[in-house]
Amino acid sequence: MHITQGTFSYLPELSDDEITAQVKYGLENNWAPAVEFTDDPHPRNVYWEMWGLPMFDTEDPAEVVTEINNCRETHPDNYIRLTLYNPAITKMTTALQFIVHRPPNEPGFRLDRQETHDRTINYTLHPYTADKPHGQRYQDNSG
Amino acid sequence: MAEDNGKESNGKKKDDKRSSSGVLPYADLGYWQPDYKPTHTNVLACFRIVPQPGVDPVEASAAVAGESSTATWTIVWTDKLTAYENYQGRCYKLEEVKGSDPKQYLAYISYEIDLFEEGSIPNMTSSIIGNVFGFKALKSLRLEDIAVPPGYLRTFDGPPNGIINEREMLNKYGRPLLGATVKPKLGLTPRNYGRVVYEALRGGLDFTKDDENINSQPFNRWRDRYLYCMEAVNRAMEDTGEIKGHYLNVTAKTQEDMYERANFAKELGSVIIMIDLTIGWTAMGSMSKWARANGMILHLHRAGHATYTRQKNHGVNFRVVAKWARMVGVDHIHAGTVVGKLEGDPAMTKGYYETCRADFNPVNKSIGHYFEQDWMHMPGVMPVASGGIHAGQMHQLLDYLGEDCVLQFGGGTIGHPMGIAAGAECNRVGLEAMIKARNEGRDFVKEGPDILKQAAKGSKALASALDIWGSVEFDYESTDVGDEEETEEVTPSSS
Repeated sequence: MHITQGTFSYLPELSDDEITAQVKYGLENNWAPAVEFTDDPHPRNVYWEMWGLPMFDTEDPAEVVTEINNCRETHPDNYIRLTLYNPAITKMTTALQFIVHRPPNEPGFRLDRQETHDRTINYTLHPYTADKPHGQRYQDNSG
Repeated sequence: MAEDNGKESNGKKKDDKRSSSGVLPYADLGYWQPDYKPTHTNVLACFRIVPQPGVDPVEASAAVAGESSTATWTIVWTDKLTAYENYQGRCYKLEEVKGSDPKQYLAYISYEIDLFEEGSIPNMTSSIIGNVFGFKALKSLRLEDIAVPPGYLRTFDGPPNGIINEREMLNKYGRPLLGATVKPKLGLTPRNYGRVVYEALRGGLDFTKDDENINSQPFNRWRDRYLYCMEAVNRAMEDTGEIKGHYLNVTAKTQEDMYERANFAKELGSVIIMIDLTIGWTAMGSMSKWARANGMILHLHRAGHATYTRQKNHGVNFRVVAKWARMVGVDHIHAGTVVGKLEGDPAMTKGYYETCRADFNPVNKSIGHYFEQDWMHMPGVMPVASGGIHAGQMHQLLDYLGEDCVLQFGGGTIGHPMGIAAGAECNRVGLEAMIKARNEGRDFVKEGPDILKQAAKGSKALASALDIWGSVEFDYESTDVGDEEETEEVTPSSS
């Protein structure tokens, strides 16, 4: 399956040049870029691992793309996303976020239905990979 | 009706009139104060007034100030038991709308916040629009705008979640959210209804929606609908790895029924419920409180609003309704599309959107903002664009409505020739392509059709939508046109 989180998941994968253009737009708006990665793509997994600190002081989109590529090299089997954060008053939130790297194979989710009472069902979304500990997920995919 | 238009309105003279019997000369009794400067404890209102033939506009405006505050039709001695000057509405400015026939006037009226109960929209509406709209001395009356001072605004809870929290809850940023109303709006049984929800959400929409009039009819009882819709929502989350929602309409015959439905929606794990404007301000306030207590996004459909917002000369402008909705506390409100099938002038619609979202609204008559409004960091309401819009208009929608809104393509999703999921996909592809192009610095409005055509090369669903709907436009003249008229101030001597 193809996880469609993030702003550009319905478009072809963005090239490094296209990522650069988005970072440039963010920097023009005073948004801070940050690279994050995870092997648990549950949509309510808020806190992906940080690839270093958010780059509050960077002025060069190329630096950000370099960090994305470093992260890709170290974590080829993880999801990697770029976040552009807006610290302005009344915002203080993510302004733009999109996936810049995916594991070679995305097994996706299992939907668990716990039947309770009167036809009521408790639903749980379960990433197949989450049965394994961190670091051992997606290992079958690397080949 | 002015018995005495005398200029000697000193305190003593007024007091004499106040205790003599007869029909009220509003202007002389303090309801017309052209020298008054509004203060930080005043609620302000701008009314568009058309007096009956022969009625002096100053007297008519003073009467509006009077009838929406302390006055009754005659003089009552019990006024003198009160510090009435504090409680009187005051018309402090009157402008004639140039070229209007019959003559229209804009009356600016100030009220002390003492007149209003803390945090109560029902009370505020009963005061400002309660009695005065049926007043015989007026041919017609429209409330154009209000301004709420910080001291009073802060007594309102505002949206239970607001735009920022909603986005963080849904994990969706940097683009408008996408929705669709299930169609046909009436007639689908719960099981069939859920199929539409599933297809639209798995195809790429963030939300689907009950329509305003789907509540709990014989063919589609609410409990069954909720069960099937939540099955659909969760299946779509499994397919996409994204958070999805369906606005479960909890509108019902009593508040108790609404709580029952809302609690069931919560038990099923829905992220959002919906109410109709027709339930009234008190019920909206109750549901807002419930939504806040239960971490639920609250969607408001403005069902019925056009009965009083549409005519330019009589009623309440939608921008006032939007302001009240933000104060009473909803997270979504339908606010027009500009390009779709429903009423809406582009500049006025922009004004509604800014009322919903901005932290500060400066005076800007070109978008219908007569007053400055400081929202004091009260969270914004997500405006919803719904009604006759399709993927081929994506560049115009983004240009007019911006990023913080929900674009709802009902027919534009469900009517897609390749099926509902394809309809959803075409909207998502079109939107993402447009956002990407805009961020890249392209002139996306001008190049919009090309950007969509380019994106359609990677999406048969989008290509097919552009083929059939590319040229559909709803280009009728709006009845609520811009309010940026030339006006001339009416001074005491000119009246």
